[in-house]
Amino acid sequence: MSLSFVNLFYLASAVLFITGIKGLTRPRTAVRGNLLAAIGMLVAVVVTLLNQSILSYGWILAGGLLGASAGALLATRIQMTAMPQMVALLNGFGGGASLTVAMASYLSTSGPVAASGSIGLLAIGLTVLIGAVTLTGSGVAFGKLQELLPGNAVGFKGITLFNAALLGLAVAIIATLTAGHGGIGLLLLLTAIALVLGVTLVIPVGGADMPVVIALLNSYSGIAAAAAGFIMGNTVLIVSGALVGASGLILTRIMCVAMNRSLAGVLFGSLSEDGGEVMDADEVYAGKVKSSSAEEVSMLLETAQRVVIVPGFGLAMAQAQHAVRDLADTLERRGTDVIYGLHPVAGRMPGHMNVLLAEAEVEYSKMQPMEQINPHFAQTDVVIVIGANDVTNPLAREDKGSPIYGMPILDVDQARTVVVVKRSLSPGFAGLPNPLFAKENTLMLFGDGKQAILDLTGALNEAA
Amino acid sequence: MEMLVLQVSLFVLAVILGVELITKIPATLHTPLMSGSNAISGITLVGALLAAGSGDVSGLWVSVLGMVAITLATINVVGGFMVTNRMLRMFRRR
Repeated sequence: MSLSFVNLFYLASAVLFITGIKGLTRPRTAVRGNLLAAIGMLVAVVVTLLNQSILSYGWILAGGLLGASAGALLATRIQMTAMPQMVALLNGFGGGASLTVAMASYLSTSGPVAASGSIGLLAIGLTVLIGAVTLTGSGVAFGKLQELLPGNAVGFKGITLFNAALLGLAVAIIATLTAGHGGIGLLLLLTAIALVLGVTLVIPVGGADMPVVIALLNSYSGIAAAAAGFIMGNTVLIVSGALVGASGLILTRIMCVAMNRSLAGVLFGSLSEDGGEVMDADEVYAGKVKSSSAEEVSMLLETAQRVVIVPGFGLAMAQAQHAVRDLADTLERRGTDVIYGLHPVAGRMPGHMNVLLAEAEVEYSKMQPMEQINPHFAQTDVVIVIGANDVTNPLAREDKGSPIYGMPILDVDQARTVVVVKRSLSPGFAGLPNPLFAKENTLMLFGDGKQAILDLTGALNEAA
Repeated sequence: MEMLVLQVSLFVLAVILGVELITKIPATLHTPLMSGSNAISGITLVGALLAAGSGDVSGLWVSVLGMVAITLATINVVGGFMVTNRMLRMFRRR
């Protein structure tokens, strides 16, 4: 097949990717969109395999079978609650793939992946850097999400300076390689430095900022693929990599806005600032927290016209999505309106709560984003907050000195009654007490999220 | 050099197109968007195939690295598209 012919097919697959992503703008067309993108990938792969420059199929078959079975196994076995880990893992594999392609390209003196000239060498250096950072950075993110590593910020004083030094060194090596000096040894050194950098970049980021980091690594995996495209002048790699890079960047920005944090603050700020004065939790809560029971709350729910459920990461932890759906069904049978209010950073990745609720067969028209639901809390009878904390903390609105001041929150406290389902009064990711728990119109329902919701449904059914 | 300018143009235009497209995607679908775009970034598979299939021309290490890259990229592609499909089907169900 001639090269221009191959490139035409690559164009077709790029178009399929774009149409596929466009399909994702609506839930109705999203399944088809994903399928189109998958067909685009198939086209690219088949055309590449038919390329004359492919001489042996043994290695390809081995790698393909291994990868496909591992991927299929992961995709079918993974629980919806563990989706952030899965995406972190996939980000890492994407980065790793680009890294190894770049290394193979450096080693091949001729053939289809050989780099040409200093542009090719520069592209190799950049791909190795970004790919390796994505690989180990995602590994650390996975470890934190899977709770194999401590979720809070870990590091040492001056870690930002250390990272800057590593990055400077990496850039110097890339410049040397681009100039045509050095050999495989120098490339391996660059790889090692970038692998360490991936770890030290992500390890100081705390659990609350994980959505930002996952989105950013998503972007990196795309940029690494695009950089690999520049090595061998492959258009489909450049276009698709750029699309994914842009996608990750947009999500990163959305997450940052939703937390009122700057990207630099997320990446470098967690250890440098010493927290300032932390509010005393006892002072906030003393004598004002009202503990309630399932029976009491169910009496409130019996007369409620409009109920809003606000889920957070605790919902995922307790695997309570189906129980919540049952409660909503019970309420709806009694003629109560039930809506779900979703904060953009609820959970540990963008859109995480939506997926869990969709798994429990909640209609997506009932999942309302923050901007849409906030004006309506004042007309809401009961808000049930389950496993969410910081995203409902009124300090973000009221206390200028608070570290979360300015973060957009769900104004649940404007509802007539707020029921907070929670294990204890322990603080959320931000480590702050939540004055919402001490408000006059707030009732605490202590206990395991799933059990508490089951009890609530039971009490409602008894009353019926 | 001319080739490079063309490629950089392609990259920049694709980024702009990506930004325009992605901003239209509702928050509800952000998780499937991430896993789906992840699968798309597995396009590195194309480069991996070329490396692993280059035969004896480039030596053993190129083939081995190519195979590792194929394995990683295929996990990305197959796992990414399948899990995205699984999620999106749940959104369509009702």
